[in-house]
Amino acid sequence: MTTTLSVENLRVSIPLSAGVLHAVRGISFEVARGETLCLVGESGCGKSLTSLALMNLLPSRAKREADRISFDGADLLKLGERGMAKVRGNTMAMIFQEPMTSLNPAYTIGNQLEEGIRLHKNVSAKEARERAIYLLEKVGITAAASRLGQYPHQLSGGLRQRVMIAMALMCGPDLLICDEPTTALDVTIQAQILHLIKDLQREFDMAVILITHDLGVVARVADRVAVMYAGEIIESGVVGEIFSRPTHPYTQGLMNCIPVPGKTRQGERLGTIPGIVPSMIGEMTGCAFANRCAYAQDICLQPLTTHDIVPGHAVRCARAEEVLALTAGSNQAGTIQSGSPA
Amino acid sequence: MTTTPILEARDLFCTFQVRQGMFQPKRPLHAVNGVSLSIEKGGVLGLVGESGCGKSTVARMLLGLQEPTSGTLAIDGQPLEEIGRKQLAKRVQPIFQDPYSSLNPRKTIGNIITLPLYIHSIGDKADWRRKVEDIMDLCGLPKRAYDMYPSQLSGGQRQRVAIARALVMRPEIVICDEPTSALDVSVQAQILNLLLDLQKELGLTYVLISHNLAVVELIATKVAVMYLGRIVEEAEGQAFFAKQRHPYSEALLASVLTPQAGLGVPDAQLGTTFPNPIDPPPGCVFHPRCVHAGAVCKTTAPKTIRDGRGLVECHLYDDAVTV
Repeated sequence: MTTTLSVENLRVSIPLSAGVLHAVRGISFEVARGETLCLVGESGCGKSLTSLALMNLLPSRAKREADRISFDGADLLKLGERGMAKVRGNTMAMIFQEPMTSLNPAYTIGNQLEEGIRLHKNVSAKEARERAIYLLEKVGITAAASRLGQYPHQLSGGLRQRVMIAMALMCGPDLLICDEPTTALDVTIQAQILHLIKDLQREFDMAVILITHDLGVVARVADRVAVMYAGEIIESGVVGEIFSRPTHPYTQGLMNCIPVPGKTRQGERLGTIPGIVPSMIGEMTGCAFANRCAYAQDICLQPLTTHDIVPGHAVRCARAEEVLALTAGSNQAGTIQSGSPA
Repeated sequence: MTTTPILEARDLFCTFQVRQGMFQPKRPLHAVNGVSLSIEKGGVLGLVGESGCGKSTVARMLLGLQEPTSGTLAIDGQPLEEIGRKQLAKRVQPIFQDPYSSLNPRKTIGNIITLPLYIHSIGDKADWRRKVEDIMDLCGLPKRAYDMYPSQLSGGQRQRVAIARALVMRPEIVICDEPTSALDVSVQAQILNLLLDLQKELGLTYVLISHNLAVVELIATKVAVMYLGRIVEEAEGQAFFAKQRHPYSEALLASVLTPQAGLGVPDAQLGTTFPNPIDPPPGCVFHPRCVHAGAVCKTTAPKTIRDGRGLVECHLYDDAVTV
């Protein structure tokens, strides 16, 4: 597998009247062709800003810094707005959460599908139209040719999201970023859309970054997982490892607070994570989770690094090994075992 | 059973007249198409189904916000029409999905929670303050939130305010329409715990509308699955989650992404075509998406089969029909 995107020490800060808000605080990750990386976290953890930073679509006030963002061999930090416009929607495409607000209600879907490819690639109107029909059929839309003349309001939520996916694929991207692609959809449609994204990924050999807060989606779709908290990646690794051996107390907390079908009994109390996310304004030393963590000690307030507990499973916790030892014996109430492949 | 159910609906229909285009004639849309259900006191009915299946319309009718086209609704055996609007509001209260849009941004939390007491003129001002503080405490809201505005609170706290407002009148029945789907997972856990605690403490009856089946499994004692305005299966919670009978319920459960790594995305084989509710398919309305559909399903609507386990509407369970 060849690395498509590699990010080193990405930081996003937003100056506010109360001080500088460090929304993303030095994260590094990479994703290869054919691979799916899931960024997991709760609202405000910086996962969406990370994706916007990659596309250089941050709000104008926000500042993006990084040691390196290399994509397909090119350095995105050195690309100007014009260079970035050639990448965006072409080799790097994005699917947003709410298909109704990201489609233009005043244009037909044919119009919106063909716009990107006509801009980026030297194709005729006829070729663009054929590609649009081909992809609409690929994403499972029947009578594709007749859909091109329809407006977004004439389609259901699931169909709109399919149109968004088709649109993202028009130029044959190398990297597809999906920001909560199924959160607004029914469970049945959610499974179908995720299926579709996986199938298309295999077919077009794309790298996929999927941003979600749904651990069910992560478990089923991801190859690798990065859990974010307060602008940092606090735990990352291959999906089986993260789910069978969640190590960071925050990851453990997350896994304990979701009801698991077939495991959680009626009326059972769910685990919770006490406290709230710290303010991300100003500098922060030590562990951002320390004020909510049951295992926190003085050492947690010292500057800390991310280290591997086993190769390929990195944790940003000063006491990772001890936490793992403490929780492994008690069989972590409610922690989910990874299933065998179907 | 000899006890009267606290909430009973019989043959509810709700039909809207909709126009599909500017010059088209109006056509009927049967949002709710013959729904009967009942809940015992202290039970939790989970109402599940895809968007557009009519579950929210049922909720609106239970709240008295939408008049049924026909059919009867009764609380404790008393028909809804006989209970005045105010009386009904005392007994049935809603909790909505989005705590960002269901709270007035220009009123303080204290004001928001006091309003029901004021409208029903229960007690005096000193009483109100005490009652409101009690319920805030019960819902896990700090005292200082009394003078704050919704914008100063987090999503989870706002949902707590919405719950406090619903419960300040001490209703018997609470209709929860997707109470946690706008919240983060860790906040969702807190709110679900709160709903379970309050139910035990105050002896509440819930109608829970959710598309998150894990949440339904956690809270509901009884589950009703809706498809195109009808209940296609109903059973006790435990029995339902152990084994579903209707092919649609099976498909719904099969689509749930349990957090188990390595299993991949399930394929429920439902197809993409959610039927147009204005032009429902003939026969069994589910047949175009059903893997078991036979010739009879395309022409004849299935009978409602009631047995010890609950209710199911499918030819597969009708001994008189071969699919």
